[in-house]
Amino acid sequence: MMRYLLPLAAFMVLAVFLLVGLTLNPRQVPSPLIDKPAPAFQLQQLHEPEKVMASEENLGKVWLLNVWASWCVACRDEHPLLVQLANSGIVPVYGLNYKDERDVALQWLRKFGDPYAISIVDPDGRVGIDYGVYGVPETYVIDKKGIIRHKQIGPVTVDSLEQTIIPLVIELQRQT
Amino acid sequence: MNRFNLFKNDVLQQGFVVMHYLSKLNCLVALLFIVLMVPTLSWSKEALPLAEDPEVEARMLKLTENLRCLVCQNETIAGSRADFSNDIRREIRIQIKANKSDQEILDFMVERYGDFVLYDPPVKATTLFLWFGPLALFVVGVGTLIIYLRRRRIQIEEVSLSAAQRKQAEALLDGNKGNKV
Repeated sequence: MMRYLLPLAAFMVLAVFLLVGLTLNPRQVPSPLIDKPAPAFQLQQLHEPEKVMASEENLGKVWLLNVWASWCVACRDEHPLLVQLANSGIVPVYGLNYKDERDVALQWLRKFGDPYAISIVDPDGRVGIDYGVYGVPETYVIDKKGIIRHKQIGPVTVDSLEQTIIPLVIELQRQT
Repeated sequence: MNRFNLFKNDVLQQGFVVMHYLSKLNCLVALLFIVLMVPTLSWSKEALPLAEDPEVEARMLKLTENLRCLVCQNETIAGSRADFSNDIRREIRIQIKANKSDQEILDFMVERYGDFVLYDPPVKATTLFLWFGPLALFVVGVGTLIIYLRRRRIQIEEVSLSAAQRKQAEALLDGNKGNKV
């Protein structure tokens, strides 16, 4: 009996490993920045280049940081959802315009709508490196103490908003 | 037309024929053009290396050969032409020039992109299976094989033949031989 059961058990173990492997997405590299302080930045604003925004200004509120660019096609997919989210007033969305050109970026926002409380620019992507950005769009949920609580790699979807991001934001807003 | 056809494949000859039909002015212009071309031809030289400092470049390359490009996974940052890798290479050059040690630069990368960015992941609780899984499988495999072979040896009993049986067997074998030949 054992001589049949043993290979079968070994096969089952292998099958389970492979099955789990199939459901994993190698593009979703877990960020080591989760539950760590969001890297500080001081960046020029997109609309008013003479103004600078510092990340500390957002301490005390829950906010989203959305990394986007006009050259990023997937950003167009998620954009209507971000506009909707911003209009709902649940949470302010800040835009990090990543390695883009100002004119094109502004035109893009005029065309597709501007969901951002403030847009800041990272022309050479150095702040992007600090945040571990490797695939635009990416969206970070940052809590009142300035800790990154969640990172969405790739475009936000209705599912990811309703099931993950919004519940998390509401929970974080309850915390003091 | 015949003259053209005759020299059809000879570009040089054709050139002379064409020149012949050009006006003097056109000839001058053509000559001028050729003369102007000469300096650009003779002055072209080997492309300058992109990095101004070969030492920095060498260290950067050595470091990035062990780093994974997260956009085009399975490529190294040294070997990848993705924008992401360009940025990281630039960042690492800046850090080398700022006298950061190799370890500091690797830590900088891991802080931002996780262990996944390293092609040589550190040994820790989450990577134990990765590091020692194959060895464990090998040990289990060899162990199983040894046990199996031992058991089989025990199962095979030495059988000795009695004199009568031996004779019978020899007779059978001889008979076989006779039949075949």
